Parts: sequence; structure tokens; C-alpha cells
Amino acid sequence: MSQKSFVWLCLLPLAVVTTAFFLLPMARLVVAGAEGPHGLAGYLAILTESRYRATLINTVLLAAATTVVTLIVATIAGMFLQRHRFPGRAVLIAMLTFPLAFPGVVVGFMIILLAGRQGLIGDLSNRIFGEKFVFAYSIYGLFLGYLYFSIPRVILTIMAAVQKLDVGLEEAARSLGASPWAVQRDVVLPALAPAFVASGAIAFATAMGAFGTAFTLATNIDVLPMLIYTEFTLAANFATSAALSVGLGLITWLILALARTFSGSAVAAAG
Amino acid sequence: MSTAGHGAAVRIESCGKTFADGTRALDPATLDIARGETLVLLGPSGCGKTTMLRIIAGLELPDTGGKVLFDGKDMTLVPIERRNVGMVFQSYALFPNMTVADNIAYGLKIRGVARGERAARVAELVTLTNITGLENRRIDQLSGGQRQRVALARAVAIRPGILLLDEPLTALDAALRDRLRGELNRLLRALGITTIYVTHDQAEAMELGDRIVVMRKGAIAQIGTPREVYFAPKDRFVAEFIGAANIIEAPIENGAMILPGGRLPIDSGATTANATVMIRPETIRVADAGAGQLSGTVDSVSFIGDRQRIVVSGASGKPLNVDAPNTIRAKVGDRVGLSITADAVRLLPSEP
Repeated sequence: MSQKSFVWLCLLPLAVVTTAFFLLPMARLVVAGAEGPHGLAGYLAILTESRYRATLINTVLLAAATTVVTLIVATIAGMFLQRHRFPGRAVLIAMLTFPLAFPGVVVGFMIILLAGRQGLIGDLSNRIFGEKFVFAYSIYGLFLGYLYFSIPRVILTIMAAVQKLDVGLEEAARSLGASPWAVQRDVVLPALAPAFVASGAIAFATAMGAFGTAFTLATNIDVLPMLIYTEFTLAANFATSAALSVGLGLITWLILALARTFSGSAVAAAG
Repeated sequence: MSTAGHGAAVRIESCGKTFADGTRALDPATLDIARGETLVLLGPSGCGKTTMLRIIAGLELPDTGGKVLFDGKDMTLVPIERRNVGMVFQSYALFPNMTVADNIAYGLKIRGVARGERAARVAELVTLTNITGLENRRIDQLSGGQRQRVALARAVAIRPGILLLDEPLTALDAALRDRLRGELNRLLRALGITTIYVTHDQAEAMELGDRIVVMRKGAIAQIGTPREVYFAPKDRFVAEFIGAANIIEAPIENGAMILPGGRLPIDSGATTANATVMIRPETIRVADAGAGQLSGTVDSVSFIGDRQRIVVSGASGKPLNVDAPNTIRAKVGDRVGLSITADAVRLLPSEP
């Protein structure tokens, strides 16, 4: 057997799996999206129908906010955890990364425990202000849940990137007169840019598509995965839900591609 | 060159360093460095030379009681960003997200120097360091030697009072290292900045240093000019670390060492049962059998080109290394005489 045919033989299982579990269902989904009463125009409904469009914008904003806040929190925490040694550090890292294993349902459950009708925040605010603050069942609760979900993933990536950072770079900048802020701005953050793009993409995609948390919190939160669910199970509107699914995938992919191109020059320059 | 005359005098006063885990990196040391002087900190790895450099830079705080003074001013608690020191790192630590020109101009930009003036200074420095034409390159497009020059240009761009170099040539291959060493020497003389240079390479130390501080296990073993530390090492460690040395232990009687191969007259030294002396290989002359003060047998001959290393046994307690001219014909097993003048024999303090 020649080297070449051996390589092809090795790739065969991959080809079979890709076709059976990815290409075929995807193709079916794309076709289903165009099989509604409006045909191919069903796809356009994502943008033209005001309810769908509002949900789409909501979802993108939520995912973008989650990504930005996650990156800020995780960068500060990750840098601190990587650079300092203190008693309890291992326990703290374990705690912060613990939610990695939680499914969305558990995260939603925890948000309800925190900010739900019987939650901790409501209890406290009731005692202090005489009014219960309850926001678990809204998009704010969902935002909190996604943060909780994303931070562990991003922290680990940032910590690994910080570990690889050459401390000499920061010392060189300082020797040239740079203040601690200037060192962060000119040296550390540009060097971490590739890690920001990689972990930010994961946080964004997760927040775009996550379902479990939203479903646990409430069934009327306006995010795309919930909309797909209601169209599919409650309205039995297969064509629309298929079109929305394809749209969700495409839009997420498009935004990530744009983000990557946009930061591409910075990332390439950072080597 | 406009940077000349910007040097500061440095004094470190009983600066020691003990790390948090209790490791003693540096015993309290006091050292004066004159304005414009090039001082080399030389020693094997782990001798404390880099720690001393980092204390002067302001990257490490000395243990309580230690003081760092620039031109008589106490700088001990001043952070590195306000010490006006230029630093070149072993890894060069060039900013990968900036071009060559931006790297060189970074310190000026931080100081708020206007764009035009910055560009002029960059132009001046790329000429000085022979990297004209690379201004707009990215760092990952440069060779090791080019990176070294950019690092140097960036460090001197801010007109520092003190230039600190941490093994700046170690990452380069041997031929390039030799060439850059000469270039660096010329540049340091031209700049006239007070320079502190850390290296483990004694050839670098000899060529670049006005004075050399030989360090060992966190302590200063000897301070002196290159000639002083080479010809008059204070102890066995310095003798063996700088250049090649034959260390011989034997009794001294009536102004001569008593060796298996004969009596070797020396300049100084009272009669003692066990003295330690150093003889440099190039100060021993190979003579005909029977001539010279000592006699022995050729053990091995290694022809190196510009000279040959002959090992002679039987002359002293252990084989002697001799650097002989490349024209001498000697072969293994030959009986030879060795001629050594009295002033080539350096008496060392006996080690406990």
C-alpha cells in the first residue's frame, strides 16, 4: 500500500462520521428552513420579522456583553492568580474553575438561588430596603448565569497565556520609564491578544447558543435558542425553527470571523 | 556623540539579597563604580552577578541595610522606571507588537518627546548600531545579531545615566559573538556611559571591562583590572576561572619549590611545607632535555593552529599544561626540559 492510500484509509472514519453526523443533518436543516409556506424567504424572516429581529439583536448584545465582562474579570483574576503565590491559591483556582463541569440547568438553578424570588439578594434587599430585588428570571439573570459559565473557561486560557509571558518584556518597558499602566497597555495586553481572541470566541459562541440556563430561568426570555425551542416544540413550526437555527450558526460564525480579522493584525504583530 | 558625559557614578553599600524562601543570593557587598567606567561582573552561574545587576537596576530590593547610590543620591527605594537606567536583557525582551523603530523610540515616547525629535534620535541610533534599513521590520523578522543591536539602541536611546547589560551576547553563536564584542567595545567607549556588564565569559570580561569583579557563591572574590585578575589572581578560584592555570602544591625551601622534576626558583615565599602556586600555560617554555629548571615527559600534544597545548608529566605532582609555539616539534614520550621564570610563578594563599 502506498503512503498516500494509507493516509486516505486513515481519513475514512473521519469522513464517514463527518458525513453522517454533520454534513447530512446540516444539509437537511438548511433544506427544512426553505420548506415553509414562504420558501427561501423564510430565511429572510429572521431579519424582516420584527419579533425575530429584536430577539436576534438581544442575543448578540447579551453575548457581546458577556464576552467583554468575562474577559475583563477573567484577565484581572487570571493575571493575579498566575503571578502571585499565597496560601489558599490552589483552593481558589479549584473553586473558580469548579463550574466547568456544571450543565446550564445547574447554573440556572444557582442564579435562582441567588437572585430568585426566595434568593439571597432578594432576602437581603428586603431586610435593608424593604423591597425584594428579583432579577433571576430576566435577561439580567441570564447574563449573570453566562458570566458564571464563561469565566472559568476564559480564566484558564488567560492563566496559560500569562505564564508564557516573558517577564523581561515588562522589566524592559519599566526600565525605559513606563508606568505600571503603560506597561499593561503597551506590553502585557498586546501580548495577551491571541488569548483574548481565542477565549473570547468561546465565551461569545457559548452565550449565543446556550439553552439550558435560559430554559431553567424562564421560558419567555428573548434569546434565539429559546425562540427556536418555542417555534419547534410549541408552535411545531419546523421550517422557521430550522431557518432560525441556520441563522444563529451563520451569524455567530460571521461575528467571530469579523472579530478575528479585526484583531488579526494585532495578533500577528504580537507574534 | 551627544550621549557622552551622561554617566552617573554608582555606589552600592552593603547590598545583600536573601530571597523569600531563605536562599542567600548575594552576601552584603560594597562596590564603587566611577562615572563612565565599564565594570564587568564575572562569575559562574549562581554566583550572584545577575542579582547584583538587578539591585542596581531597581528590579530587586536589597536586604535591609543595603543602599544604592547614583552620584551620591540614595536610589534604594526609587523604582526602576524613575532611575533612568538603560537595560539590555539576555533574551533582548524586544516588544513583538512594535517595529524596530517603535522599539527604539519607546522610552522617548513614554517621556513625551515630540515625534520629530524621536525620529531624529532613532535615525541617529540605527546608524550608530549599524541597523540602518531595518526600521520598519517586525522583531520576528530579525536575526539574533540584529535583535541584539536593536536592544542596545533601545536602551541607550533614553540617554541613560547607567547602562546595564545582562549577558547580552550569550544567545549568539561564537563567531557573531566575537564580532559583536568588538563592536560593543567601540560603542561603549564612544558613548562614555557608566556601564555594568554581566557575563560568565572571561574573554568578554577581559576585552570590555575597565575593571572586573570576579564573583563566587554570592560573594566578591576579587576586583581588579583585567591584567590584575589575570596575572595576580587573589586565590585559586580566580586563577582557575580566568584563563587556563596550572595549580601546583609543593613545599618551598630556600626560595625554590621542590618538585619531582627539579627545583623551581620563585620570587617570594618563606620556607613552608605546603605552598600553592599558579603558573599560566603560556609562561612555560619547552626546552631540550636537561635544559630549564624542570624536566618531564610529553604526555600529549594537541595542535590548535596558532599554538599547541603540550601536557608534560613528571615535572610536578600532576601533569603541567604548556602552551607552546606551533613550530616546536614534540611527540608523546619525549623527554623535555621546562623553563619557567621566577616572576611567572604566582604564590596563592593555601585553601583551608
